[in-house]
Amino acid sequence: MTAAGTRPEADRDHARRRIDATFRHEAGRLVGVLTRFLGDFDVAEEAVQDALAEAVARWPAEGVPERPAAWLQRTARNRAIDRLRREARGREKLAMLAAGPLREGGAVPPPEADERLSLLFLCCHPALGADAQVTLTLRAVAGLTTAEIASAFLTSETTITQRITRAKRKVAAARIPYRVPEDQLPQRLPAVLAVLYLMFNEGYLSSHADEPARRWLQEEAEELAELLTRLMPREPEPLGLLALMRLHLARSAARFDAAGGIVRLRDQDRSRWDAAAIAGAIRLLRRAAGLGRPGPYQIQAAIAAVHAEAPSWEVTDWPQIVALYDLLLQHEDTPVVRLNRLIALAAAGGPQAAETALAQAEPLREALAGYHLYHATRAELLRALGRTEAAEAADREALRLAASPAERALISSRLAGTRA
Amino acid sequence: MKYVMLFVGTEETDHRSEAESAAITEKIGAWWGEHVAAGQIVGGEQLQGPETATTVRHDHGSVSIVDGPFIEAKEHIGGYGVIDVPNLDAALDLAKSWPWGGVVEIRPVQEQMA
Repeated sequence: MTAAGTRPEADRDHARRRIDATFRHEAGRLVGVLTRFLGDFDVAEEAVQDALAEAVARWPAEGVPERPAAWLQRTARNRAIDRLRREARGREKLAMLAAGPLREGGAVPPPEADERLSLLFLCCHPALGADAQVTLTLRAVAGLTTAEIASAFLTSETTITQRITRAKRKVAAARIPYRVPEDQLPQRLPAVLAVLYLMFNEGYLSSHADEPARRWLQEEAEELAELLTRLMPREPEPLGLLALMRLHLARSAARFDAAGGIVRLRDQDRSRWDAAAIAGAIRLLRRAAGLGRPGPYQIQAAIAAVHAEAPSWEVTDWPQIVALYDLLLQHEDTPVVRLNRLIALAAAGGPQAAETALAQAEPLREALAGYHLYHATRAELLRALGRTEAAEAADREALRLAASPAERALISSRLAGTRA
Repeated sequence: MKYVMLFVGTEETDHRSEAESAAITEKIGAWWGEHVAAGQIVGGEQLQGPETATTVRHDHGSVSIVDGPFIEAKEHIGGYGVIDVPNLDAALDLAKSWPWGGVVEIRPVQEQMA
């Protein structure tokens, strides 16, 4: 305790982590409850962020309350009242808040309602730009701070703050509704799936050095994806996304070494993969396939499933993976998908294949010049061809661009290995 | 909540046959009537073509008058509707069902403080 007392920043970090555990789970739900109750997303969201900030400031000194979630809810409600008091137009809403517990007086929530689902559809509304959708979701649904979002996007806090402010202004001014659009799910769904997958990936390959995989963010994304599958049992893509996430999670124990460094797929100890979880994810995928409408998430899950079922990198069914990437390209022809197809193509067979893959990587250079994995892939291909110097140059470029410390460590060790 | 829908003509809508245009105009009549009756459309007009537009531009005290719309573009405003619906999703539904096609811009009306 003495050490903590003399190091306030460490103390703060500890409180912050403790809050993370509570807040991450509660933030989205709380924003949702307040939004439904007040009909004011902006005030709801700000009030919840205020409550978090207050927790960070007070919990280290006063101790974590016995029921942190209830504390946060009470505090957020009070901060909402404070905010509404400052607004002329807040009076009516203020009367509602003062009237009693949050749930009463608001619209009756739909059955099965997790407030976060309505919130998710609000944040992923097509009237908002793609950047705004992801940013709002990370902040309002997942409870990330502006600083964390800024680091996830490799941009400044100012940019993120402006993006959030603009987006919330539009939500209010254009009256983007807080609801699950039951009548338009097929059109509205892809944006939600994209945001969830991005959220999952941010958790999967975090830019935080001390938490290489921020499980809470993955769990949040997985939970929301699971909720989507229950809400839309006839929609195959949420099932595909959930299967994809679970296939990643099933293998996550083998992804990091004891020191927190990334272990590449080819080097992973596959006995540490969760075979039961893999089987469960593949069952989900079969259920999705049974609905007869393939889509990008189902195909990506199928690719992950081929990897998950392979006893080793060498005996992986690479031609099958290349074929799945070809299928994926029909849905999603992006440079990153093309790059991943190249990796499979190179793995499918010998130096000849590496040569072909390297040639096919050239046209992607312009689009992917700022993407570290493009350079890391080239480095691997060059190394397979024995072109060590060029490989090293490509790895250095990858190192320059990699954001995550874990990824940087992996590339550094490879560079060191080349020299040795 | 009030919104204005700006109906914008595009190359596609400008190059229709007369028969095609007439058929769609008839649909617009029915569409408009239906939504007025439902209380969703509370006002609006169709405008004559951009070749009939005159633009008055104020520039630091001086005023100029120019033939044509305020911005030269292939797309041009062909009319507007004032709607009163619960939220943006309802406004989007109306805009998506607009029979003429082209582009529809939706803007919330500035609410006046009481």
